Amino acid sequence: MPEVRMSAAAEGGNALLEVRGVTVTRAGRDLIHGVHLRVAPGEIVTLIGPNGAGKTTLVRVALGIVRPSAGAVWRRPGLRVGYAPQRLHIDPTLPLTVRRFLTLSPAARRGLVRPILEEVGALHLESSMLTDLSGGEFQRVLMARAMVGDPQLLILDEPVQGVDVAGQVELYDLIAQIRRNHGCGVLLISHDLHLVMSATDRVVCLNHHVCCTGRPASVVRDPAYLELFGPRTAAGLAVYPHAAGHDHRHGDPPEPPAT
Amino acid sequence: MAILDDFFWRALVAGVGVAAVAGLLGCFVVWRRMAYFGDALAHGALLGVALGFALRLEVNLAILLVFLAFALVLTALQSQQRLATDTLLGILSHSALALGLVAISFQERLRTDLMGVLFGDILAVSRADLVWIYGGGALVVTVTLALWPKLVAFTVHEELARAEGAPVGLLRLVLMLLVACAILVAMKIIGILLITALLVIPAAAARAFARTPEQMAALAVVIGCLAVLGGLWGSLTWDTPSGPAVVLAAAVLFCLTLGSGRLVHFLRARRRAARAARREASGR
Repeated sequence: MPEVRMSAAAEGGNALLEVRGVTVTRAGRDLIHGVHLRVAPGEIVTLIGPNGAGKTTLVRVALGIVRPSAGAVWRRPGLRVGYAPQRLHIDPTLPLTVRRFLTLSPAARRGLVRPILEEVGALHLESSMLTDLSGGEFQRVLMARAMVGDPQLLILDEPVQGVDVAGQVELYDLIAQIRRNHGCGVLLISHDLHLVMSATDRVVCLNHHVCCTGRPASVVRDPAYLELFGPRTAAGLAVYPHAAGHDHRHGDPPEPPAT
Repeated sequence: MAILDDFFWRALVAGVGVAAVAGLLGCFVVWRRMAYFGDALAHGALLGVALGFALRLEVNLAILLVFLAFALVLTALQSQQRLATDTLLGILSHSALALGLVAISFQERLRTDLMGVLFGDILAVSRADLVWIYGGGALVVTVTLALWPKLVAFTVHEELARAEGAPVGLLRLVLMLLVACAILVAMKIIGILLITALLVIPAAAARAFARTPEQMAALAVVIGCLAVLGGLWGSLTWDTPSGPAVVLAAAVLFCLTLGSGRLVHFLRARRRAARAARREASGR
């Protein structure tokens, strides 16, 4: 069983969401097995893992769309959740302006539409058609839609998909800024390993079970992580702390192994 | 009302009612790609007509029963996941149509009415038909409008709607039933072979001008009404069956919107470009 470590921010109790030992079985196969996950207010937790690792399944469990085969999901009573799914395809036969798309959310607060669009830098798109947006614009609008019900927990499934690297950096900055402004907890999903680390308090590395978890800098050096992503990717990733001006001297206190 | 004593006015009132129902539900048929489903249901209606006559049941009730059986069989077949839905619908649709035709061939009196059932007869609308169209139509429209935000949200993205707490399975079923009722309401006028056209064409024509789902639905209703008026006029003038005349009128309207839709798009793009240029100029 994977041991679960909590970051300092999450240890104070008071979680928004807690997934406890959840297993989801489909057609005799465990999509995820014995997974723990916890998101506290104001915390950005990033779920990474290879394709087919069960990241989206875990999110669907957290959202309450999928019932776990074993384990339990606890949500703070009355928790407001904002969700942005991945690869949202809008059928061109259905005409939708950005404004109408936002107000379609049952949780939408009309007075928030314009402020939120402004916050994500998409106010000028308010009356544009969804089908006319670029990849980056679309992701911003999707984020705005998740925010328009003033959520306490934001769940973003691959929020930088279809965006070039410069745009990805901007989007991660935006997520960090949203967290600062609203104090909401954020659960991010990504298979992008490089950029996501900068905007994350805690990384949960998933491959059907939780391989390792902790602060980005420590997860990168975790043997379970290295095994999962291979030395090549890990080497590419190791570049990151330098780029961010991180202290990378030897002699850091070693993290206990996760498994 | 004395005005309803005249068959022409009855036809007009009936046509407008049917166009309103069909325009509203037609949008969902277009958005959710249910055209083939509508077709299959309509074919099943023929079986309902035959059954109604054979068993001396109220025809509309018999059709409803067939629709219900249809939905159940389809749902059961869909769970096997080896064959795609359109294949299943193809099997169901044409089996029902063939069975209906065979059943009707055994019934002397019904055989003579077959053209009316297949292609509709708007000029033979009775007061009882009007009650049926407006009663059933009002029910369909009321339920659709009451559920409108939910139906649109789940049509845009099912997963997102589910995450936001929408009962997606139930909504899907309700929408199927609404489309079935819309077909039932419109059948008398358009006939079962052409009914999908009245669902699909006005909505498709409306798409060219609409910027929101609500605009598209409203426009589809208007275009549907125009098609009914045009078809009615044509049917009177050339003494053709009313269903084909209405569908042809709708097709002509669609072609017109195709051209003007492009024009609107072009003008909007030009206005946007001009605005952007102005902004840039004033920004400097």
